[in-house]
Amino acid sequence: MKRVQFNRPLLPFLLILPQMAVIVIFFYWPSAQAIQSSFYIEDPFGFGATFVGLSNYHDILTSAEYLKIVNFTVIFTLLVTVLSLSIGLLLAVKADKVIRGSSAYKTLLISVYAVAPPVAGLIGVMFFDQHIGPFVKLAAWFGWEMRVGIDYWDTAITMITISVWKQIPYNFIFFLSGLQGISRSVVEAAAIDCRSPIRRFWTVILPLLSPTAFFLLIINMTYALFDTFGIIDTTVKDKAANNPITLVYKVYMDGFRGNDIGGSSAQSVILMLVVFVLTVFQFRFIERRVHYN
Amino acid sequence: MKQVTLTNVSKTYPNGVTAVRPTSFEIEKGEFLVLVGPSGCGKSTILRMIAGLEAITEGDLEIAGKRVNDVEPAERDIAMVFQNYALYPHMTVFNNMAYGLRNRGTSKAEIDKAVRDAATMLNLGEFLDRKPSQLSGGQRQRVAMGRAIVRNPALFLFDEPLSNLDAKLRGQMRIEIRALQRRLGVTSVYVTHDQVEAMTMADRIVVLNAGRIEQIGTPSEIYHQPQSTFVASFMGAPPMNLIDADYKGNGRVYLKGGLDMPAPVETGRAGSVKIGVRPENAKMLATETQGALPFAINHVEELGAIRLFHGTVGGQPFTVHTSHEHAIPEGTAWLDLEKSPVLMFDGATGARL
Ligand SMILES: Nc1ncnc2c1ncn2[C@@H]1O[C@H](COP(=O)(O)OP(=O)(O)OP(=O)(O)O)[C@@H](O)[C@H]1O
Ligand SMILES: [Mg+2]
Repeated sequence: MKRVQFNRPLLPFLLILPQMAVIVIFFYWPSAQAIQSSFYIEDPFGFGATFVGLSNYHDILTSAEYLKIVNFTVIFTLLVTVLSLSIGLLLAVKADKVIRGSSAYKTLLISVYAVAPPVAGLIGVMFFDQHIGPFVKLAAWFGWEMRVGIDYWDTAITMITISVWKQIPYNFIFFLSGLQGISRSVVEAAAIDCRSPIRRFWTVILPLLSPTAFFLLIINMTYALFDTFGIIDTTVKDKAANNPITLVYKVYMDGFRGNDIGGSSAQSVILMLVVFVLTVFQFRFIERRVHYN
Repeated sequence: MKQVTLTNVSKTYPNGVTAVRPTSFEIEKGEFLVLVGPSGCGKSTILRMIAGLEAITEGDLEIAGKRVNDVEPAERDIAMVFQNYALYPHMTVFNNMAYGLRNRGTSKAEIDKAVRDAATMLNLGEFLDRKPSQLSGGQRQRVAMGRAIVRNPALFLFDEPLSNLDAKLRGQMRIEIRALQRRLGVTSVYVTHDQVEAMTMADRIVVLNAGRIEQIGTPSEIYHQPQSTFVASFMGAPPMNLIDADYKGNGRVYLKGGLDMPAPVETGRAGSVKIGVRPENAKMLATETQGALPFAINHVEELGAIRLFHGTVGGQPFTVHTSHEHAIPEGTAWLDLEKSPVLMFDGATGARL
């Protein structure tokens, strides 16, 4: 690494100013605003606000509806993360076997998958369309009357499937390049040392893949918690009524549809805390088991 | 007893490259066999077919009397030391060595004993808790050796295990590996492109060229009785001098520049030949004697214990190796080849005559 000596102490600060500005304007400032308004009840028409202390938090944490949504969010996040990670990994392992050594093949495969996610998301939504969706028709053919947007679990399954479907290509690419990064002779040494391919996978491949897996775990949890907003919105079609929704969607519903700025802010503060705790937990307890080369 | 038998084993890669043409040889129990040859001649491919890491296209491979063409690498009772050591980066030195035993259901106490014994043998005792990234190249090499010996396999396979070490360490490890192998008595196949390693370590050497065996023999046979110009020039540094000549069937060979000398062998057929003389076998004289060939010296290399004289005989390059005490002649010297071991090869095919 090259060390640069600045004669004027101001210059380095000037150089990181744009980056700092972005972080402050788009992260710290809104966060501070959210924390502030979580202690107020705002007039729906924007004519002033009343300080109510922790009452917004109290209301939320004692609401049966909110706890139900917390429950669903946990199930949703776990399922989406576990399924998209494991399916992505499985496909990557299969692909890795085929393309070992052939770099042209790899580039082709990766570029196909790199453009896929947005398209996959769209296709996923279409698959489950109540009127033209082939998946809904297929379910009906097996005698399962899917009522997406009306039946709670039908909707939940649809949301989870589309979310997983959309995330698989992303996980696939990262896992595949992770696998390709594992030294071929280490894999061969393991083949000599251990007869069972499954055992080899758990004892050699997966540990060597752990930096990738850890990174993807965080990305996928964040994805399931936040980035699935669009999928949920499309699936429930704005009518949250009896449908399963996640915490983020609830923030949006209360804040923008219900005009309950105070309650909505308190919810996002809670969400922020949850993500903070999760991240700390992951770095403290899971990352310790990650092997970096 | 034959520990390993290859019968017409060949390898064609899926991309159509034929890396190994039908090849047959046998390895005795306890023998140290070295596969040597230039880059791309198929050494690693043969070794990897024995290991089971590469499928055998045609032919039969037997280990300990059992055909193993379709047996998984883990079940062939072999251990391999890779060029880049291929240690498991996430495991400690202890676990690297213990891994293969654990997967075979060896008891904890036995594993502990085997690993500690190997570690003592290889001076790795103090590193057992370290990860491979915290070791030097030479120490990693030892761990790779340790991983192979704790398993007590029927066969050791080495693929250029020393090529990533510096010259001094390489010389030292060469001796250690061979001593260890003698002590353990495990049959070994060792791949290298370094002819010094091949000469010093092997019980027998297999010289390969472009996917074919050129010659199999003890280091001494390979060195003194090469069966082709390829083997003659591949083994030995500097290589054997090979000079073009004509054999007319009258007991003499005729070199360029109007020179001639007695033919080392008599063959039925006249034609162009190559005369082979090891640099250390050419006797250099300061004055002309009966039957000596003129040697125009144009460069002298001082190598401490020895001196190399580079020059020409009848216009063709020739090198003479002498002790450092040998005087440096002025201008032209004379080579007396009449009493030296001289070989003759077919000029077209390179085969020994
Ligand atoms: N996986 C492969 N697919 C196609 N061709 C291969 C493959 N591996 C090796 N080859 C080819 O087979 C030939 C022999 O290769 P091999 O690795 O056995 O050579 P080598 O004698 O070990 O050489 P080196 O001293 O460079 O290691 C080479 O021409 C090489 O290009
Ligand atoms: Mg090789």
